Amino acid sequence: MTLMIFFGVIIIAVILALIRAVKGPTAPDRVVGVDIMVTITVALMVLLGIFFKRRIYLDVSLIYAVLSFVGVIAVARYLDKGL
Amino acid sequence: MNQIIGYIVMGVGVAFLFLGALGVFRFPDVYNRLQAGTKCTTLGAFLSIIGAGIVEPTWFLKCLIIAVFILFTNPISAHALARASYKSGVKLWDKSVVDKCKDFEECAKAQEDDK
Amino acid sequence: MIFQLILIFIMIILAVAASLFKDLINAVVACAAVSLITSILFYFLQAPDVAMAEAAIGAGLTTAVFIIAIRKTERYEK
Repeated sequence: MTLMIFFGVIIIAVILALIRAVKGPTAPDRVVGVDIMVTITVALMVLLGIFFKRRIYLDVSLIYAVLSFVGVIAVARYLDKGL
Repeated sequence: MNQIIGYIVMGVGVAFLFLGALGVFRFPDVYNRLQAGTKCTTLGAFLSIIGAGIVEPTWFLKCLIIAVFILFTNPISAHALARASYKSGVKLWDKSVVDKCKDFEECAKAQEDDK
Repeated sequence: MIFQLILIFIMIILAVAASLFKDLINAVVACAAVSLITSILFYFLQAPDVAMAEAAIGAGLTTAVFIIAIRKTERYEK
């Protein structure tokens, strides 16, 4: 029951970040929105692992935390006129 | 007992996540959004994942690894993004008071170029 | 069930946005977000291995490759 309330709050947070990611005026705004969505989703995946009670689900969130970092750094380096 | 402490920690973390997303939604420019989003969601994700580790004690080590990784990488990506958006010429909000980066040569040049 | 419906709706919004953006950086970022939502949906369907592959390919590899391609060509769509 408690977990369901948490999932509802997290889904609302994802929708707020989604609105910023779709409507933000410049490119860095959208990157910020998607970055926040990724961080919230990593927490959501761990809580879903508690809900389904399977330990392997933690690996997915670990891999996502590692690789989204690479994506954000690539976009930031491009905007910095480098790469 | 374990369950109650774990759910309380998790609830505080989820509240921080929600506040971070609200800050990203409502603040006026990139730098304010980045500040609200990064600080709140880093603490929120850390607390939720540690809470999950407290609820299921056998998972604690793996949860700690994920949490520490988020604690290290999230500020780095936020810093890279702020620097990149300053250099690509995104303007500050009109009511911002201080702009320390303008004192350095490369940043000032970057803001002049895109005017 | 209701969560999956909301997630599918978010995914449709992001996909439409990705096809409408004129600035290709924004389109790449929206593609990364679509892959994020796809990964959660695989997660709900109890397929963690597929979700892991989707996370690795969608979040890291595709974004970096697209960014390199944009850097070699041009940023704005005509």
